[in-house]
Amino acid sequence: MPEAAHGTATPDHDPTAQVHLGVFFTGVGPQLIWTQPDSPSHTAIETFVDVARLLERGLFDAFFLGEGLRVRENRGRIFDLDIAGRPDAITQLSALAGATSRIGLVATQNTTYNFPADLARRLASLDLLSGGRAGWNVVTTDNAWTGANFRHGGWLPHERRYERATAFVEAAKALWAAGAGGTGEVVRDTDLVRLRASATVPPSPQGRPVIFQAGDSDGGRELAAAHADVVFSANTDYEKALAYATDLRSRLARYGRPADAVRILPGAMVVVGDTAEDAEDKARWLREEQVSPPRAIAFLEQYWGTDLSAWDPDGPLPDIEPSEAELDPSRGTIPIEERTGKLAQIRKWRELAAERDLSIVQLVREVSARRPPFVGTAAQIADEWTRYVRTRAADGFNIVPHLLPSSLTDIVDKVVPELQERGAYRTAYEGTTLREHLALPPL
Amino acid sequence: MTSPDPGSRRLHLALEADGHGAHPAAAPAPGTEPGPGGIAPALRRAVAAAEAGGFTLVTFGDGPLPPRGGGWRPEAGTRAAFVATLTDRIGLAPTLHTTVTEPFHLATQLASLDHASNGRAAWVVGAANDADAHATIGSRPLDAGALHRETTDVVDAARALWDSWEDDAVVKDVPTGRFLDWHKVHHVDFEGARFTVKGPLITPRPPQGQVVVLAPDTLRLADRADIALVTGPDTAAVASAAAAARAAGAPLVLAEVEVLLDAGRPAAERLARLDDTAPWEPAGRLRHIGSAAGLVALLRELAGHVDGVRLHPAELHTDLPLLTGQVLPALAADGLHRPPRPGATLRETLGLPRPANRFARAATPTP
Repeated sequence: MPEAAHGTATPDHDPTAQVHLGVFFTGVGPQLIWTQPDSPSHTAIETFVDVARLLERGLFDAFFLGEGLRVRENRGRIFDLDIAGRPDAITQLSALAGATSRIGLVATQNTTYNFPADLARRLASLDLLSGGRAGWNVVTTDNAWTGANFRHGGWLPHERRYERATAFVEAAKALWAAGAGGTGEVVRDTDLVRLRASATVPPSPQGRPVIFQAGDSDGGRELAAAHADVVFSANTDYEKALAYATDLRSRLARYGRPADAVRILPGAMVVVGDTAEDAEDKARWLREEQVSPPRAIAFLEQYWGTDLSAWDPDGPLPDIEPSEAELDPSRGTIPIEERTGKLAQIRKWRELAAERDLSIVQLVREVSARRPPFVGTAAQIADEWTRYVRTRAADGFNIVPHLLPSSLTDIVDKVVPELQERGAYRTAYEGTTLREHLALPPL
Repeated sequence: MTSPDPGSRRLHLALEADGHGAHPAAAPAPGTEPGPGGIAPALRRAVAAAEAGGFTLVTFGDGPLPPRGGGWRPEAGTRAAFVATLTDRIGLAPTLHTTVTEPFHLATQLASLDHASNGRAAWVVGAANDADAHATIGSRPLDAGALHRETTDVVDAARALWDSWEDDAVVKDVPTGRFLDWHKVHHVDFEGARFTVKGPLITPRPPQGQVVVLAPDTLRLADRADIALVTGPDTAAVASAAAAARAAGAPLVLAEVEVLLDAGRPAAERLARLDDTAPWEPAGRLRHIGSAAGLVALLRELAGHVDGVRLHPAELHTDLPLLTGQVLPALAADGLHRPPRPGATLRETLGLPRPANRFARAATPTP
């Protein structure tokens, strides 16, 4: 592939920029297809070891586990259509640390329903035992529904969740610094964080776990600008990605941090085909699998708040009125702004369905299934990614797998060699720590 | 619960492998210490040696504070998970404290360890209750009654959560699109004195059904544990503590034994040298200072009273090779010990049944 084919010159054009890749393994939810005969067990350690070793072969920066602290439900019953049930992230990544030698290991962990010193200690332990390969994806929750599994359920007001997260991250960093500096107690005594603790773990070769942050709200972006080493944004569309990167860099400046202090790795589903048409066919198949007829009904039930199993997924939208109650969060992490206003939403869908004569399943595919942002041949995808990083719209991507292992072997065996040909991807690990893989400045 | 057959006289052998050993002055082997970078290799080596030597399980002491004698201590559940993929037969038993954790996370962590080790997870119940431990989570010590209630609540909550997914909950029924059968994944609605847990666990049922629970007899959990850890300064005291634990319902009883063996020079001499640095205060446990043969004789005697022992070597790097090189082979030759079979679950190794699921029983009453 000729070098001149990708990227237009911009003020930010960086011809040496490298693509950083991670895998965001959600473990549950609709992304991962389980219906194929060769779909591996979703709980067997062997599945995870195979994936981590595959990514190591592909010289990935990180393997990243999602976490949700309550099993998703639909109208009070455990939601039965998606993969559900996954391991504790730090435990699983520690097991993977023993089975791998280079790949970064990132745990999603919640700041609302953990104790800061306890979580900081477990993360530092993973970081030490893995030889400096740990990361922490900081997430928040405010809902009491998740809190019902914990000692202090639903204690945190929504508007204070990032205040708690910030104080939590600061306490964790103080404990890690105490480990680096010898002893010394860390004391916090506010209504959001109360602890007195000392480090029990020395710093790893990378100093402390790498901090990932995914929140796209203003509070999330501020937390990222103040504390994150990596942001895991949802902005994959090129213009949005560029706008996000620009916004984040301006926030970094306000915290006195250099522009290269944070890597931006949007989460993305990727569909690789032998030809462009083949990739489009696969993407269409994927959308149909991810929004199966039963899932389309379940999707509407969440909004209607009532049993719609009698409705034909291939027929028109239900003509009964939805319940008055607002959307409950039990299907998972619904952004707060989408938890209200459901009646207006339903009205809009009815208009859209009428206008385009859409059945239930067609409508739900239209409104809920986002087209994977990267669909094409390996060469096309490599061109795209090279353009993103050279124009600084992103530093790489966190790939969300949809089929195991093929959606990942496609990247490792097909896209990575194309990137290497373009000089945009390492040909060997240069360091041993996650921080080094990410080419972050030393602490 | 089945009572052990006293005629079988088989000993399960557990090794406590926290840090450098049980003696507060236990030092790393010359040339092996580390800096922080040596902690993971030392952990790998110790557990690999214990497994190769035939130990039934390895336990990892822990607490939320730095070790009293100084040094470092990564969290025990993390240590156990780290060696899960490096081993294939030895049981892995981190100490997790009921008082300074979230019960839901604790249950998830242990269930996940059981998945990661293909059924070799166990839990040594801890109940740290000093002011410094509680301060790490911003709480305060509990009085004796509240502490006992809290500990039983956390064990009960964990056990309920481990059953919250039935074994056959995942159905992967392609024609209907159902990944799981929601009738077989349960809210547990656990109500303790100081916390409630809704459930289900975010992790499917552990391969062993229930993670093996080990509890020191001082916690008075014999009716809830799979294994009671009993303490006594001599064989008679251990025998009576074992009888009490069995009477209270413990399926298996392990005696706590501290050991410091002759190693080139007499054990007493090594002990004196270590005690000069920091005295090894008695913890009320049996303590054997002497020859490997003497320890074998002691264990033979104990075999008449307990189902196994947990050995606390004074210095891991010195005492562990003697245990695996001399003591375990002698016990095996006597037919008193059998190393675990590769791939066996810890319950299989211990001869403990895989428990039925309480929710499955409730849903389909057996005639």
